[in-house]
Amino acid sequence: MRSIRAAAVGAVTMSLALAASACGGGSSTGGGDNASPKTLTYWASNQGASIEIDKKVLQPELDKFQKQTGIKVKLEVVPWTDLLNRILTATTSGQGPDVLNIGNSWSASLQATGALLPWDAKNFAKIGGKDRFVESALGSTGAPGKDPAAVPLYSMAYGLYYNKRIFADAGIAKPPATWTELVADGKKIQAKGKQVLGAEGSNVSENIHHVFVFAKQHGAGFYTADGKPDFTNAGAVTAVKQYVDLMAKDKVIPAGDAEYAQNQSVSDFAKGRTAMLLWQSASANLASQGMSADAYGVAPVPVQSGAPGSGTQVNSMVAGINLAVFRNTHNLDGATKFVKFMTSDDEQKILNKAYSCIPSVKSAQSDPAFGTPANTVLKNTLATSSAALPQVADESQFETTVGTAVKELFADAAAGRAVTTDSVKAKLLKAQQQMPAK
Amino acid sequence: MTTTAHEQAGTTAAPRGPAGGAAATRNPRRGPRPGRLRRAGLPYLLLLPALILELLVHLVPMVIGAVMSFKELTQFYIRDWGSAPWSGLGNYRVSVDFHAPVGEALLHSFLVTVGFTLLSVGLCWLIGTAAAVFMQDTFRGRGLLRALFLVPYALPVYAAVITWVFMFQHDNGLVNHVLHDQLHLTDKRSFWLIGDNSFYALLTVSVWKGWPFAFLIVMAGLQNIPRELYEAAALDGAGMWQQIRRITLPSLRPVNQVLVLVLFLWTFNDFNTPYVLFGRAAPEAADLISVHIYQASFVTWNFGTGSAMSVLLLLFLLLVTGVYLALTSRGRRTGDV
Repeated sequence: MRSIRAAAVGAVTMSLALAASACGGGSSTGGGDNASPKTLTYWASNQGASIEIDKKVLQPELDKFQKQTGIKVKLEVVPWTDLLNRILTATTSGQGPDVLNIGNSWSASLQATGALLPWDAKNFAKIGGKDRFVESALGSTGAPGKDPAAVPLYSMAYGLYYNKRIFADAGIAKPPATWTELVADGKKIQAKGKQVLGAEGSNVSENIHHVFVFAKQHGAGFYTADGKPDFTNAGAVTAVKQYVDLMAKDKVIPAGDAEYAQNQSVSDFAKGRTAMLLWQSASANLASQGMSADAYGVAPVPVQSGAPGSGTQVNSMVAGINLAVFRNTHNLDGATKFVKFMTSDDEQKILNKAYSCIPSVKSAQSDPAFGTPANTVLKNTLATSSAALPQVADESQFETTVGTAVKELFADAAAGRAVTTDSVKAKLLKAQQQMPAK
Repeated sequence: MTTTAHEQAGTTAAPRGPAGGAAATRNPRRGPRPGRLRRAGLPYLLLLPALILELLVHLVPMVIGAVMSFKELTQFYIRDWGSAPWSGLGNYRVSVDFHAPVGEALLHSFLVTVGFTLLSVGLCWLIGTAAAVFMQDTFRGRGLLRALFLVPYALPVYAAVITWVFMFQHDNGLVNHVLHDQLHLTDKRSFWLIGDNSFYALLTVSVWKGWPFAFLIVMAGLQNIPRELYEAAALDGAGMWQQIRRITLPSLRPVNQVLVLVLFLWTFNDFNTPYVLFGRAAPEAADLISVHIYQASFVTWNFGTGSAMSVLLLLFLLLVTGVYLALTSRGRRTGDV
């Protein structure tokens, strides 16, 4: 009898424990608080050539922060393939980091979920004011007219990286400034048996970055002024076709690049197989693959004609990483302090040097390290001839649908199928139809 | 699992009933009820932890998923699910409207998956059974070969599939090197990871990964067939084909019934293989339904539609499984009689 009772008590206890622990998972969906002021969890994006390198770069800085404030920062470097899913999961469950890096093009999408702390004037005042940040970088922190969902951390721009030796062998005196020149130079490079231009045909995001700039150069965009998807307008179709035609018609992008999605085009360039590469802040990556800095040059990305500038002369997206505070944080003050630390002049210099990016803070840009010829090109591009990707709530869906359409067009081109205005338009129409109804 | 446990508990508890009653009559003041109740209830009480776990791990998520499918759960609401508006059958209407792009894409993906699954399961079964039959006789090195055949099944999926990705690469892949550079079977290097060939790439990896399981199960089934049957058949002059057709296959019938069903469910639901092979945007020719649903929910942040598609998939698989079991079981019963 006693043993039965013991068993019954055990069973009931266990059931209660299970039920209780299951319920314990949820959390309030309210704002942040200061329940745990001594620790912070930080999700960093993978900026270096590997996650290990990121840890080596960031850990000493986090130790410095701990010395200053007594707050211990738990670092997790999240690979790009996982980052957005992790953020979505954290948003859904309310259990996440305190501070996190986001790709700046996600700002408006994540802003719409309400998962990130809005940076109103009061919050900006805590980190030294909005004016400290570079104007163009601030343009990519959320939907226009709303308080930014994040602050700019690292800024980047696309540049045309070219292999000096291959150019010299092919008798090309200066890097191409227009797409026509690039195609013409391509013929000379191919005559020397080298590949011309690397691309990541199966990387959805890379595709978007390029067709967005091409669309700008044709005076068009993928969204109407009031933020509705408009993928099939004449300018957008011409833009996508021009990019895919670099492989299909002009043959400057090798067919094999159509399946690239893991930065193979960067290693092709580092190994001297391709003469040119359109990439954002590639120096650190190229160095880690053994390419010395004097082996390549950086020029502005080509335009249709003339020189880079605003309007149709845009030649890069505003690329970069933003730093955000998770709204459900249990250390709101500490998180704000950490953002202040990471965007301070000193840290901006240290981190942007390590990742070969441009500081998002004006006063840090004066450091001579950011005045090298390569960095000057990128800095000027960012300041004068870059445009922010559409800051709309469904930006992430736009990247997926249109980026996939471009991937499929590259697959057609690689298989030798014709890429026509009609086939481009059909793919873009399909992409638009997959967008959310509202 | 829970149901079988219940049944066992029920049968063991039943004979004790009278004993409990006897105890109760000996103790009339306490009345017959509580003691009997306590004894009859104990097995259920002991099962409670398992039942709660089962609810938590399997049923609750499924029910939540089904509830989600009736909500408009987009990025604007994921932070606070409760605030998402009910959309009734809206998500289902979008999913099965085959004249609109979303439904059309889902139907396309469904058909690709059906074709892929039939081919994959057929090939897995054929290769696995053939290998098991050939390995039935003892010969030198049989153990080694058996172990070797099981390697694809034992490897971690990610490691195995990423190796295939390298082999299928256009420029430096082993597959193109053999087919094009050495055997000169193709005019130019083919693309395997994008375009139409991706279907065959996916099928190859799936069969490579799946057949050792068929091999293992059929091999186990073969151990139960009495040798005497073959000896008698040989005496009667039956050749190898006749032995396979008249003895091996009929004896393997119950094994095959389960094997084919399990292979079907695994292959139809397989997510890892296409995801590792093609990434988040699979080529149209190899757009399997699991990745398609993943994309519909995670990549476009529309969890309501994704859940509706999942529920439809669940219903379809339930239907197929039910019909399959009904058909095969009936056939077997009449066969036994």
